[in-house]
Amino acid sequence: MAISDYLPFLFRPPAPRFVTEAGTPVHGVLAQFDDVAKVYHAAEKMRDEGFTNWDVHSPFPIHGIEEAMGHRRTILPFIVGGAAFTGVSGAMLMQWFMNGFDFRFVVQGKPDFAWEPFLMVTFELGVLFSAFAALFGMLALNGLPRWNHPLLASERFLSSSDDTFFIVVEAADPKFDPLATRRLLESLGASAIELVEEA
Amino acid sequence: MSAMHPDRITAERLAGLAPGVASIQGAPTGDGTLIEDPAIRAPLVLNNRSIHDVTEIVCGYCEKPPPGKWWLPVFCVASTVAAVGMLMILYLIVTGIGTWGLNNQVGWAWDITNFVFWIGIGHAGTLISAILCLFKQKWRTAVNRSAEAMTIFAVMCAGIFPAIHVGRIWFIWMVFPIPNYNWIWPNFRSPLLWDVFAVSTYFTVSLLFWYMGMIPDFATLRDRADRRLRRGQSARVRLQAPGPVKFAVELPILADRIRALVYGLLAVGWRFSSRHWHRYENAYLILAGISTPLVLSVHSIVSFDFATSILPGWHTTIFPPYFVAGAIFGGFAMVLLLLIPARELYPNFKDLLTLRHLENMAKILLVTGMMVGFAYAMEFFIAWYGANEYELYAFINRATGPYWWAYWTMITCNVVSPQLFWSRAMRTNPVVIWIVALLVTIGMWFERFVIIVTSLHRAFLPGEWHMFFPTWVDILIFTGSLGIFVSMFMLFMRFLPQFPMAEVKAVMPQADPHGHNAHHNGGGH
Repeated sequence: MAISDYLPFLFRPPAPRFVTEAGTPVHGVLAQFDDVAKVYHAAEKMRDEGFTNWDVHSPFPIHGIEEAMGHRRTILPFIVGGAAFTGVSGAMLMQWFMNGFDFRFVVQGKPDFAWEPFLMVTFELGVLFSAFAALFGMLALNGLPRWNHPLLASERFLSSSDDTFFIVVEAADPKFDPLATRRLLESLGASAIELVEEA
Repeated sequence: MSAMHPDRITAERLAGLAPGVASIQGAPTGDGTLIEDPAIRAPLVLNNRSIHDVTEIVCGYCEKPPPGKWWLPVFCVASTVAAVGMLMILYLIVTGIGTWGLNNQVGWAWDITNFVFWIGIGHAGTLISAILCLFKQKWRTAVNRSAEAMTIFAVMCAGIFPAIHVGRIWFIWMVFPIPNYNWIWPNFRSPLLWDVFAVSTYFTVSLLFWYMGMIPDFATLRDRADRRLRRGQSARVRLQAPGPVKFAVELPILADRIRALVYGLLAVGWRFSSRHWHRYENAYLILAGISTPLVLSVHSIVSFDFATSILPGWHTTIFPPYFVAGAIFGGFAMVLLLLIPARELYPNFKDLLTLRHLENMAKILLVTGMMVGFAYAMEFFIAWYGANEYELYAFINRATGPYWWAYWTMITCNVVSPQLFWSRAMRTNPVVIWIVALLVTIGMWFERFVIIVTSLHRAFLPGEWHMFFPTWVDILIFTGSLGIFVSMFMLFMRFLPQFPMAEVKAVMPQADPHGHNAHHNGGGH
């Protein structure tokens, strides 16, 4: 998650490292791969070459691509854990306040506050908070919603949602070089390569 | 069959001495997905489909009108029935719940029967998406989207009944912990309040789960519409009158522009990045993990509405697991009831939803049907063994009292009819499965009716015994809820992706990065 994804006006964009002849900044290089084994092995190679600002785009999650790309595990479970804790403790606190403190009334001569009958609502609210955290936490970590992206301007890229695989190396990557990166991707079996400009 | 021991055949085949994959070709059963050899993984997608074919088939259902002329008539009838039901709800609200057949003794009848019926149906979706996901049952990918949609719609129908049965619906906000001028708070020791939290949490979590599963598919639909717009292949929106009327208008707007906008907004800018997929799969697993106890909790809490009372017939400890098993049973029956016709009506549906999927679900019906049958038997046993005369009377009255026909309808439909599935020929015959699913749906409605009405109508004091008969308002509100459910499902079939494309693609042999794609259907690893 980058805060600049959501509040871009707070940040001064870095000067583009590469521009096209027309003067538009270069977003990166897009390489198309036609089958999953090729893109998997290419990803391993890219990881070993030491690229950092790059990504694999595939119509479905490729089994084991995390290791092939060498990226870190997501912190999402901790966010969800925090939300679950908030939900559970908030629910217990709410029920204590409402039935055990602010508005006490006798039901079957039982104590005003006992944890047992309050477990059901506590569990449900824990689940509810975790579910919201899982979906919206996932989207936030991904920098979504973001309805426009330089990649979506490429017509070729649209088939990533169908049956084609892509590797994108961004110009922001310190190892990025318009010519050398293109050659590397070609040597890894890319069937087409395209330069993507910033919108 | 040869005379060799089956283990030896398997051992030889695994050692490379006997051909393994070849036996699929001569598979004696159905469409080739039902394979006797447990060592062979049956294909989940038939006819050597490529990944692109899956996109074309599934997106085609949302982009083109369905083949044949069934969609609009079915939708019109269902929505008319739904509208009549809603008018009856309006009538009920302005007149009072005396328009139902309730009386002093039977204070809950069709309202709560319908509530439990619908909420039970709403359990299959999350069961398929959550529990089968945790157990790595790959076949669930063919049914999970429709089952989740069905869950959402069923829970919506369920929510109507407790809301309107309170009588003065304008006070319904009092079930929520909202600060108010009376300075009173809800009673959190009441199972009815637990139910409010359980059902609303279940609805919200199922909706989030369903929506999250659809994000990549919305992105696929968005990209296809976008591509057609760029290539100038889009057609204008055309409104055509149904039937023999010759009338059509062309609106000055491209259909794909609407698609790109609506699906695009729903897709929140998903661009199939592997870094995103990683977090997405993690979130999916977490949601599956928390939904599993949630599914089990919801119907347990619904059963507490009854089990924590002192009424004979309700006051039993077997209720939570019995209700959960019944919910799964009824939910799977509804999934089959909806998907078997869809399989016939949509082109290529059978390639994605194979006979093996139907067989698996038929087996689940058999298992859960027997669990429910066990619960019925155990209730009777405990009524006798517990030596409580009121409890014993309540159960004898169920089977032989004035509502005996409801009890025996329930037993026939829920316990006897699924026994057909012991036979493989029966559980691989879609027509038989559909009929059994229909019987089970009827039987499960009667189960709730039996539990609620036969227990209430003869409680402790014979002086207060009373029969319940439904009025036409009862009947039309129930059919109205069926109409709402079918209309919603029709809209889902027309406009939303019916299969999780990304998940179906991921279980195809071509999706394996370690090069198993040379094999035909029998792949997978």
